[in-house]
Amino acid sequence: MKTSKILGSAALASLLLALPAFAQDAAQPIAEAGASVAEAVEEVAAVVDKGDTAFMLVCTMLVIFMTVPGLALFYGGLVRAKNILSVLTQVFLGFSMISILWVTYGYSLAFAGPTEGGLSAFIGDFSKFFLSGVTLESTAATFSAGFELPEMVFVAFQMTFACITASLIIGGIAERMKFGAVMAFLAIWFTFSYLPIAHMVWSGPGLLFGMGAYDFAGGTVVHINSGVAALVAAILLGRRIGYQREPIAPHNLVWTYAGTGLLWFGWFGFNAGSNLEANSLTAVALINTVLAPAAGALAWALGEKITRGHASALGAVSGAVAGLVAITPAAGFAGIGGAIVLGAIAGVVCLWAVVNLKPMLKYDDSLDVFGIHGVGGIVGALGTAIVAAPGLGGYPLGDAAAYSIGGQFMVQLTGVVIAIVWSAVVALVAMLIVKAIFGGARVSESAESDGLDLSSHGERAYN
Amino acid sequence: MKLVIAIIKPSRLEEVRQALNTLDVHGMTVTEVKGYGRQKGHSEIYRGTEYAVHFLPKLKIEIAVDDALADAVSNAIRDAAQTGRIGDGKIFVLDLLAVTRIRTGETGASAL
Repeated sequence: MKTSKILGSAALASLLLALPAFAQDAAQPIAEAGASVAEAVEEVAAVVDKGDTAFMLVCTMLVIFMTVPGLALFYGGLVRAKNILSVLTQVFLGFSMISILWVTYGYSLAFAGPTEGGLSAFIGDFSKFFLSGVTLESTAATFSAGFELPEMVFVAFQMTFACITASLIIGGIAERMKFGAVMAFLAIWFTFSYLPIAHMVWSGPGLLFGMGAYDFAGGTVVHINSGVAALVAAILLGRRIGYQREPIAPHNLVWTYAGTGLLWFGWFGFNAGSNLEANSLTAVALINTVLAPAAGALAWALGEKITRGHASALGAVSGAVAGLVAITPAAGFAGIGGAIVLGAIAGVVCLWAVVNLKPMLKYDDSLDVFGIHGVGGIVGALGTAIVAAPGLGGYPLGDAAAYSIGGQFMVQLTGVVIAIVWSAVVALVAMLIVKAIFGGARVSESAESDGLDLSSHGERAYN
Repeated sequence: MKLVIAIIKPSRLEEVRQALNTLDVHGMTVTEVKGYGRQKGHSEIYRGTEYAVHFLPKLKIEIAVDDALADAVSNAIRDAAQTGRIGDGKIFVLDLLAVTRIRTGETGASAL
C-alpha cells in the first residue's frame, strides 16, 4: 500500500498516533512521544488491513443495532403503554437526525482542524464540512504504527457514537416532552456538548486527550455526557403528572429484556470496536464487555434480594447496563479481574443512585439515564485509573512500571468534572432555548394524560 | 331461570369448566376483570419504587340455567374454584327474567 501522508486530518494523526507511541515506545517521555513518533511513522509504509476494515465495518453496524432496536426497546418497555411509540419515534428520528448532522458538520468539528492554537483544545473546525476531503484514499490511523483504516470507516464508526449518545438522553425526558422540542434539544446539545467533548477527549489537540485522560470507548464522552444532560433536562422539564403519587410502572419488561440483549450484543461493537483494529487487545475489550455486565447484573440482583427480598428481572438487566457503562472507559485498560470488580461496584452504586438518590433529590429522570449512565459513567471513568494498574492486571498506556494510580485518578477526575459541568451548562441553555422557541417544552396536561402516542403521534402501539 | 355469576381465580377456570361440563350446562361467558375483596391487593417494586396494586386480575363467569340446576351449578363452581386461600372469589345467583336465542327467536327455558 501507499506511504503518503498519514492521515486526511492532521488532528487525527496526532490523536491516534500518540497512543501507539505510549504503548510501544515506553522509554520515551510521554510529553514527547506523540510528536516524535508521528514524525517517525511518516517514513513507515502505512497499510490498510482488510481484516481491520471488515471488523470495523461490522462494529459500526453493531453500534447502530445497539441503538435503533436495542436502546429503543430497552426504553420502550420501561414507559407506560400509552407512550411506547413516542420513545421509539424519538430514538429512531433522533438517530436519523444526528447521523445527518454528523456528516454535515459533526465529524469536522470533532475530528478536523488545526493541531494547536486557537480553540483547538475544545473544538475542531469546518475544514471537513460535509466530509469534504474524505476520499477513497484518505485514511485514519489505528493504535498500531503502520496500520490505518479508510477514513470513511472511522467517520461511520464515530457517527454511531454520536447517534447513540444523543438517543440516550431521551430516557430522562420520556413521557412528557413535545416531540419537536425533543428533536431541537438533541440537535443543540449534540452541537455544543457532544462535539466539543468528543473532540476534547479523542482528538489529538483536545484538552483531555493532551492531559492523558483514559476513555477507551466513551465513558465520559457518551455516558457521563448524556447522563448529565438527561438529569438537567429532566429537572428543567419537571416531574411527570402523578410522579410518586400514582403507579407509573414499566408496561412491558419483556421489551426491556429484549432491548438489553440487543444493547449488550451491540456493545461489543462499541467497546471492542473502539480498539480500531482486530487484535489481542480487542479480545480483552470484548471479554471485559461480557464480564463487567455479568458482575453488574449479579451485584444489582443481590443488592435487591438483600434490601427488598426479590431479585428482579428489571434489576438484573439494569445492573448489566450499569456494568456495561462502567467498563466502557476501561474496556481495553482493565484486566478480567478489574472488569469484574468494576462491573460489580457499578451495579451496587447505580442501584443506590436509582433507589435512594433519586427519591431523595425528588427529580424525575424517567428511565434513570443519570442514575445508570451518568453515575455508572463516573464510576467507570474514575475506576479506570485503578483497574488500569498493571499490578491489578491492567493494560495502561506507556511505561507500565511508571504507572501511577493516584496521578491517573486526578486526570480522570478532572475529565469527569469538565464533562459534568460542560454538559450541564449546555443542557441548561439548550433547554431554555427550546422552551422559548416552543412556548414551553412540555405537552399539555391532557396530552400527557392521554399519552404521547396518541397526542403527539396520532397512533397507538397496541390495538 | 337463574343467572349464576362467579368471580374466580384465573388459574381455576379449566377446573370450573370441567366440573360444569358434567352437569347439563350448555354454555358460559367468561370475562377478564379486576377487583378486590378481603384479599386486597399486593405490591410491586420497579427499580426501588414500590407500587400498591389494589385491583387483582380475576375471571367473571356468567351462566344462565334452569331453576332446578342453579344449586348444582353453584356448588360445582364452589368445589372446583376453591383453593382454601384468601382471594378464591364469590358466587352470586340472580333471578333471570327472560332469555332469547337470537338465531331462532326461541324464548324462555328452551332458549337456554
